[in-house]
Amino acid sequence: MTSTIDAPSDLGTPRTLGAAELAAVRADFPLLERTLRDGRPLVYLDSGATSQKPEVVLDAEQDFYVQRNAAVHRGAHQLAEEATEAFEDARARVASFVGVSPGELVWTSNATAGINLVAYALSNATLGRGGEAARRFALAPGDELLVTESEHHANLVPWQELAFRTGATLRWIGVDDDGRLRLDELDGAVTDRTRVVAFTHASNVTGAITDVTPFVAAARRVGALTVLDACQSVPHLPVDLHALGVDFAAFSGHKMLGPTGVGALYGRRELLEAMPPVTTGGSMVEVVTMTETTYAPPPQRFEAGTQMVSQAVGMGAAATYLAELGMDAVAAHEHHLAGLLLDAVASVPGVRVIGPTDTRDRLAAVSFVVDGVHAHDVGQVLDDAGVAVRVGHHCAQPLHRRFGVAATARATAAVYTTDEEIAVFREALAGVRPFFGLGGGA
Amino acid sequence: MTSSMEQLYQQVILDHAKFPHGRGLGARADGQSHQVNPTCGDEVTLQVDVASGVVDDVRWEGQGCSISQASISVLHDLVVGQDLAHVDHLAETFRALMQSRGAGLDDEAAEDELGDANAFTGVGKFSARVKCALLGWTALNDALIKSGAREDA
Repeated sequence: MTSTIDAPSDLGTPRTLGAAELAAVRADFPLLERTLRDGRPLVYLDSGATSQKPEVVLDAEQDFYVQRNAAVHRGAHQLAEEATEAFEDARARVASFVGVSPGELVWTSNATAGINLVAYALSNATLGRGGEAARRFALAPGDELLVTESEHHANLVPWQELAFRTGATLRWIGVDDDGRLRLDELDGAVTDRTRVVAFTHASNVTGAITDVTPFVAAARRVGALTVLDACQSVPHLPVDLHALGVDFAAFSGHKMLGPTGVGALYGRRELLEAMPPVTTGGSMVEVVTMTETTYAPPPQRFEAGTQMVSQAVGMGAAATYLAELGMDAVAAHEHHLAGLLLDAVASVPGVRVIGPTDTRDRLAAVSFVVDGVHAHDVGQVLDDAGVAVRVGHHCAQPLHRRFGVAATARATAAVYTTDEEIAVFREALAGVRPFFGLGGGA
Repeated sequence: MTSSMEQLYQQVILDHAKFPHGRGLGARADGQSHQVNPTCGDEVTLQVDVASGVVDDVRWEGQGCSISQASISVLHDLVVGQDLAHVDHLAETFRALMQSRGAGLDDEAAEDELGDANAFTGVGKFSARVKCALLGWTALNDALIKSGAREDA
């Protein structure tokens, strides 16, 4: 499956959100109503960092505590049963949202924890834990871990650390001047020693969407595991992880309209079944004696201790909310917004995009630099107009270094973003260079 | 522009950011420190020379926002030629100014001592920017520790 969303479909133009539908969506998000300093309306263009939450998500969390709160997967009383049902129902909703089975979906505290879980499971297998079944995950000096220059630190640092612990070598493929991954480097970079190919589904900086197919094909050719960072794709595109064919994928709740403190790790069933546990303790065991322990089947094997139940329930509600809107419609709406964001940035003199300047295979996430003005100062001027953008390196220092900049400003849209908000952003951006006494402006 | 923006980006700050003082590192220094602001990637390398308990020179290189760059430039002007006790006193006063949430110190003596650094009063209103203004001061303190000059004093 390729993730092209620009190509006209055989069924005609994909359904997008109509004006009335968008207004209804916005009404679902209480925070979008609030005003900022001096009564300015909020223009929230920082959804790539964290999304706002619809009322159904807030209600689901509250309802859990008001009606169903009890320890899950233990206790035989009615409340415990209802809490367990809510928890597992949320797992089923999230799993179905990304096209996998509930048993293949592990709750994690966030996406970072999901990627670390895989890295540490490989580490434990390298130490001989997990027995014969886990031997397939063991690494040896000279084995290779392949990442990309585009990764968020969450999908880079855990692999650096795994390499240090095991003697494996970290390799990477580069990024071209448009911010697209250098697929031409893939065949040379994947060797017989490659054991893991970890890559982003969509860059949180450039907005470029990765064509997953060649990565999976190259990894399969040599028997390497694929690990997909799906944090930026799952909230914004239809994602079917089985169809993509990756072995693992991590994503977070808070970027997909859900709560903080919860994320999910998808693992192909036979891999999760063979993997040794990472965090150990209560709830993830079968038989415990004073000297040893046997472990529960997945996903519980990877869910030690009391889980973030209300947040999981909230994430389940977020998945249902997005599914009901229809991810095709969400993606079409955001595709339109990506075009508006790129036009806005292109219309202001002295502003340069870091990433693709066309809307093909691209999220509505646009990072840019303003000549002569540091990103932090750009963000401050935009904030004064009520426009919230992210400034800094967005947890992707190597990618910024690749483009010779320390920091960028980044505007990211979501399902609730409107054309009018992007017009406010454009006007505020046009005022940045003049404010600092530089040429340009509208 | 709102008044808080005008208070934040005073002309003094914009001027220092555009034409910073003390820029350019030397081959050696009595003390040197490299500091980063991990939230935005701002960086500074600051060198200090100390002779007989007096800051003889401050040199620096860095990249960052106008607040951080201007603050280091002002720091340079304030501390060169001052004895270590006074430098520490200035650093403490500037930190107090940053923690005043934009209200200022209401202390004429302190205002006289801080000179151009009073222009940063408005920064205190923006908690995310306080770190920018303090980056150079953090580097100076670290460089002074590394110079060993405080032990000699």
